Amino acid sequence: MLAKRIIPCLDVKDGQTVKGTNFVNLRQAGDPVELGRAYSEQGADELVFLDITASHEGRKTFTDMVQRVAAEISIPFTVGGGISELHDVEKMLSAGADKVSINSAAIRNPNLIDEIAYNFGSQVCVVAIDARLDENGWTCYLNGGRIPTEHNLFDWAREANQRGAGEILFTSMNHDGVKAGFANEALARLAEELSIPVIASGGAGCMEHFRDAFAIGHADAALAASVFHFGEIGIPELKEYLRAEKINVRL
Amino acid sequence: MNVAVVKYNAGNIYSVIHALQRLGVNPILTDNPEELQRADKVLFPGQGEASNAMRYLREHGLDKVITDLKNPILGICIGQQLMCKHSEEGNTECLGIFDADVLRFQPQKHEDKVPHMGWNQLHFAKNEELKVKNEESHLLDSGLFKGFAEGEFVYFVHSFYVPVCTQTIATTHYILPFSAALHKDNFYATQFHPEKSGSVGERIIKNFLEL
Repeated sequence: MLAKRIIPCLDVKDGQTVKGTNFVNLRQAGDPVELGRAYSEQGADELVFLDITASHEGRKTFTDMVQRVAAEISIPFTVGGGISELHDVEKMLSAGADKVSINSAAIRNPNLIDEIAYNFGSQVCVVAIDARLDENGWTCYLNGGRIPTEHNLFDWAREANQRGAGEILFTSMNHDGVKAGFANEALARLAEELSIPVIASGGAGCMEHFRDAFAIGHADAALAASVFHFGEIGIPELKEYLRAEKINVRL
Repeated sequence: MNVAVVKYNAGNIYSVIHALQRLGVNPILTDNPEELQRADKVLFPGQGEASNAMRYLREHGLDKVITDLKNPILGICIGQQLMCKHSEEGNTECLGIFDADVLRFQPQKHEDKVPHMGWNQLHFAKNEELKVKNEESHLLDSGLFKGFAEGEFVYFVHSFYVPVCTQTIATTHYILPFSAALHKDNFYATQFHPEKSGSVGERIIKNFLEL
């Protein structure tokens, strides 16, 4: 049976992971490659590396890091942040990334999804959506949640699906950082309406939240950052727990 | 050991090279017939589209070189599909090493998403369908899965599949049971990506190198 995936997300700035870590026995927790390897050894199913660097030099550092990850880590990984045109995608893939995640660039230029799917295949193209639930429903945001758009979450996710996205990575801004669980209702609706896998993001605080994202939200994968980085939840324990809760995970 | 990786117009070849390097092997990436014939082990990896890949192989004479190889060769993903008779992808005549045709997944219900992407399990002798179709089963003695237990997880990304046939040495279930791996003489192939399958994948590549 196809396993539900657990995906740690690493924010990278100037070649270093941003959020602190409580990883035991890790000499260089700031090194994304070391941290990624530790996650891989613990049983993470995929990794996501997000470049949150603004400077040109930082971008170059990120590309070097992608090459190191590809050489040293033997599970699939996605890279995102700062990918705005086909050339950026090509650069990340030739550095060894398995998939790229696009967010604001896809809303600004939806054709980018078609271009990535046509040139490299749908499986490469993860469309990330940051959305907030307000009185008008679920609204998509740009630039890391700073700029609201006209787009409704479900309409935009369907369009991305139709244009050739391989997966939707949905972050609920209402739930992100609150540690009270994922946006399971919205997730379930996405799972119902889309023909591609949905990755749940934003809200993980305890192991039950992951179970609910899969069992209630019907997500194909769940992504989290701080609960893993700060050692609040260990991936082996999480997977043992999910297996006991009848969620099919890779052990 | 002299290990070669077939150089052609498919993507994702470098991840196989990295995987070999992690095992301490430095492969050559080549489309030179003599170098491929001379290699102790050949890997034929890649992601891509079947008709374009086959056209490239024919134009460069690699179709004949691959089918004539005497040393062990391991096809991965599109490599496995190209080693079959025919592919539904682009209605493509393939290399004809394995006695099977490559078909597109047909979703049966909403949850059946195509491509089949992610970690799924390997099944060996316990699979009843495989037992029937593969009476002279060389299931666990093919060498590729030496030391493997039923149900280990490997990483897949594909929209086309090889049905279970007499050369199937491992199956995986997605929509239906299909060939996760094939073996005939010196020819081996996996639909999944051992180079992206963590320590389980490393064991498969190591087993292949030790054949």
